[in-house]
Amino acid sequence: MGTAIRQFFKTFLLWELLLGMKLTGRHLFERKITVQYPDETTPISPRFRGLHALRRYPNGEERCIACKLCEAVCPALAITIESEQRDDGTRRTTRYDIDLFKCIYCGFCEEACPVDSIVETHIQHYHFENRGEQIMTKDKLLAIGDKYEKEIAAARAVDAPYR
Amino acid sequence: MQQAMIQFWEGLPLIVQINLKIMAILTPLMLAVAYTTFAERKIIGYMQVRVGPNRVGPRGWLQPIADALKLLTKEVVIPTNANRYLFLIAPVLAIAPALAAWAVVPFDDGMVLADINAGLLFLLALTSMGVYGIIIAGWASNSRYALLGSMRSAAQIISYEIAMGFALVGVIMAAGSLNVGEIVMAQQGSVYHWFLLPLFPLFLVYFISGVAETNRAPFDVAEGESEIVAGFHVEYSGMAFAVFFLAEYANMILISALTALLFLGGWLSPFEGILPESAFAIPVLGWLLDSGIHWFLIKTAFFLFLFLWFRATFPRYRYDHIMRLGWKVLIPVTIVWLFVAGVAVAIGVGPWFA
Repeated sequence: MGTAIRQFFKTFLLWELLLGMKLTGRHLFERKITVQYPDETTPISPRFRGLHALRRYPNGEERCIACKLCEAVCPALAITIESEQRDDGTRRTTRYDIDLFKCIYCGFCEEACPVDSIVETHIQHYHFENRGEQIMTKDKLLAIGDKYEKEIAAARAVDAPYR
Repeated sequence: MQQAMIQFWEGLPLIVQINLKIMAILTPLMLAVAYTTFAERKIIGYMQVRVGPNRVGPRGWLQPIADALKLLTKEVVIPTNANRYLFLIAPVLAIAPALAAWAVVPFDDGMVLADINAGLLFLLALTSMGVYGIIIAGWASNSRYALLGSMRSAAQIISYEIAMGFALVGVIMAAGSLNVGEIVMAQQGSVYHWFLLPLFPLFLVYFISGVAETNRAPFDVAEGESEIVAGFHVEYSGMAFAVFFLAEYANMILISALTALLFLGGWLSPFEGILPESAFAIPVLGWLLDSGIHWFLIKTAFFLFLFLWFRATFPRYRYDHIMRLGWKVLIPVTIVWLFVAGVAVAIGVGPWFA
């Protein structure tokens, strides 16, 4: 009987509705979690897997030795490598293509690489305007590596203890 | 100078005077409608821990103007199988009553366009007219979703009209007049004289039916984005679509204003009869504390805020629940309280009915 009366008053005084409004009312004054995207960005992990790059040694020699481990491990078959012996007797790639439409940015190529040559950088804003531009050739990859070497090296250094 | 202006005003033909008054009401109203849409997006955003629109102009203040410009430049697409004439007349039928109802709304003592005796009756009639715009829009679109939305909306508005009318009967009984200005004056005295206290259940019923009348959340099954796309205005685009929204928001403001007028004493100050007379004589503060249009606007804004708060809080009612609430809950509640109020008026319970 007592509960029935209490229920009656609760219903007609819109008690549950007021509780709901209290909740949303509290959120009205809460700190907003919106990130104003182009103006602000969330922090990026040093392990972020963005656009690929091929790195060089400090003396300017390219790191890649055409072992083709990355090509073998690539689950999306996005990497194509051709190689030949150079005049100084070392083996180098003549072709190193990554098809970014096939690539799933899993980072296996980076993990497989024994010389830290192919890496995925923190670059996330890029686009293609023409058909065929999605094929990242060796030249393009090396150029990206040259341009962002400092950031790439810094990210590797931060992550080094965990590797 | 003042004399000359009064003379100039009185020299104007009556029709010009009335038109100027109409403009003086509708221009701020349209601005209020525009900024209600902005406030809605902002407040609901804040309640969802977002920031809402903030890119257009300083802090997003020009957002409603950008929205209006965008809608103005868009094409009004008329479906091939739509009834062209009715399709175009429907938005007009929706907005005309929403605006015409403001004729009898007093903003301050005597500040009313048409001080007619049957003001409340006029309001009831015009708010019911709005349903024609919606049902004609749904029918003329020749679309299933639109027809479903308009049928739902029509049934809902007609059901809630009854509860709303009964709630107003209580107010009429308490005030002894149909004139909105006189209803407000009947609440004069102090906060305790407002009809909010003796007619509290009717106040709740009136505001809930008001939310249902304007097809706002949680009673927005007529639009029901997740069920029937956009309901009755699914085929509308451009300015025709915008006019429906103008009507909806104008109705929201109207319901808020009426709630303030009928139950919260309109322009009467809540400090009236509580603070000593001398407090109202202080230069600026006294004017603020005294009764005036600003109290009316504050009360209206509060109820408008409640509309947005409801939308951010409550999930949509199921259709049969809406009907159940309207017919089986609100109408019996109003009838019971009408009886209580009738007895109170007959006995003359003070200070309201004495």
